[in-house]
Amino acid sequence: MTTEATPTPGTGARRTPLSPARRRGSATARGRLPLTVLAIIASLISVFPVLWMVTSAFKTRDTVTDGRLIPQKFTFDNFVYVFSEVPFARYLWNSFFISAVITIVALLFHSMAAYALARLRFPGRETAFMLIFSTLLITAPVVLIPLFLVARQLHLLDSYAGLIIPAIFNAFGIFLLRQFYLSFPRALEEAAIMDGCGHWRVYWNIVLPMSRPILSALTVFFFLANWNAFVWPLVATTDPDLTVVQLGISSFQQQYGSNWNYVLAAATVAALPMLALFFAFQRQIVESIKTSGIK
Amino acid sequence: MTTSTTTRAVAVPRPAAKGRRRRLSRKHREWVAAGLFLAPDAIGLLIFVALPMVLSILLSFYQVSGFGSYTWVGLGNYERMMHDPLFWDSMRITGIYVLVLVPVLFCVSLGLGLLIKQRLPGLAAYRTALFLPYVISLVVVGQLWKFMLDDQTGLVNRTLRAAGFEGRSWLGDPDLALGSVIAVTVWVMMGYYMIIFLAGLQDIPKEYYEAARIDGAGPWTSFRRITWPLLRPTSFFVLLMSTVAALTGGLDLVFVLTNGGPANGTSLAIFYIYQQAFGFGEFGYAAAMGSFLVLIMVAFSALIFALTRGGRFDHDD
Repeated sequence: MTTEATPTPGTGARRTPLSPARRRGSATARGRLPLTVLAIIASLISVFPVLWMVTSAFKTRDTVTDGRLIPQKFTFDNFVYVFSEVPFARYLWNSFFISAVITIVALLFHSMAAYALARLRFPGRETAFMLIFSTLLITAPVVLIPLFLVARQLHLLDSYAGLIIPAIFNAFGIFLLRQFYLSFPRALEEAAIMDGCGHWRVYWNIVLPMSRPILSALTVFFFLANWNAFVWPLVATTDPDLTVVQLGISSFQQQYGSNWNYVLAAATVAALPMLALFFAFQRQIVESIKTSGIK
Repeated sequence: MTTSTTTRAVAVPRPAAKGRRRRLSRKHREWVAAGLFLAPDAIGLLIFVALPMVLSILLSFYQVSGFGSYTWVGLGNYERMMHDPLFWDSMRITGIYVLVLVPVLFCVSLGLGLLIKQRLPGLAAYRTALFLPYVISLVVVGQLWKFMLDDQTGLVNRTLRAAGFEGRSWLGDPDLALGSVIAVTVWVMMGYYMIIFLAGLQDIPKEYYEAARIDGAGPWTSFRRITWPLLRPTSFFVLLMSTVAALTGGLDLVFVLTNGGPANGTSLAIFYIYQQAFGFGEFGYAAAMGSFLVLIMVAFSALIFALTRGGRFDHDD
């Protein structure tokens, strides 16, 4: 952050000897003030509601709607209540377990498929790619009903497998990884093939380690998306032992709707791991989104 | 002697055969490897994405009663759909939702992208702040905004009243609820599309802007002549993604924020379909409406593709 902030005054200082440049520099500095104000306002609109939720979760029932940002009486009782009243730890564990398994398996499968589509020569490669790519148009809500029936037929409802397996397959990850593998230098693999390495060993020992940056970016992104998933778990599970955290807070709200202090405490607990993940891996998340826009 | 000739007869052609088999097998080995590498995802996509899509269309010709008995009804579900006022109401709401959400989201995120690109002091902090809502689940977002938009105690009305305005029933007024859902969706998604726009903007060579400035072009001219045309692939991508997402999305948020109400004012088509399937067990009817929605989505995607020429650079006109 500091490295990005420092160049601006630095270049300004270097420009001072040249008078036209200085005039331009000061003009942009003046033009920048309204833009900076705008950026600050937009940022506040973005962040303030989240901050409001988090601080309200530390208020008592009487003061939760008092309209103050900082709680007058700071209390942890709401969190204690949430964890003791419903099996919230179990919800968190379920979400963590499911998201982690989906992320690991999906990344392995997607990178394998992407490697084949980008690097191996076989008949029908372009057709295979187009077929996989076209599944991107089939969005999850649209196939929710038949997916439910398929899962029921396969006895996947009300099981971890049912929450995990259908969530693995997503052409988006294949597409991003394929783009990445297309830019790989060919020489390395070819040398390995000449040495008699099989394709699996080339993939496992060369390609996979080289794709660490994009894989780490996608790990964060996949985990986030699955932690936040709501509709499929809602449809696919009724067993309370399988309740994921999003489902947990949703039914918690239906039960304790008017007690905002409890509802917001539960919501804060559900959001906190993702906020932490975001602050820790912001660069990776942003990078993975950036690559998704570039063709 | 016979043994030696046979061994020689066998021994002589062997290297050639081995060589040929090896040459063939190297190519074939690549084919086999490709098949094995592709198999897990290909099978999974087939079972959990493609098959449900086909099933959805098949299912639309059946009436599903209770749990598991299917009766062929031909186009019955589609006929019912044509005469279902609630469905067309939900389509109308979806239409407004898409036609407002997509342009607003486009303009806001492009604006933010352009703003962040200005290399203002504290740039990284703004980017972080603007992206933050995206990482929060839609369930939490729904709860948080329900709290913010509460008629009596919500911060929004409290602020309005403090400023001398009337508080409004943001989620309780049928005329306002859809707008509130759209506003919250923009709030969540703007940071995501901002990042995509930012990536596109950073791909435009700085020299173009330098040259334009030397030629005396103002900010508006450089935007119209440089940024807008060169940003076309990104714009296409954002437009396509957000339209597809809007046509079939919004389910999570509507669930938590309004549950389709008030007076079905936020009952998006996808929400109505969900209700019919999982609320009333009308899987066949829901599948018919879902297939219709997919048809519309494909038509919209084709339209966007045609209008933006697939986001290609176009130097002909």
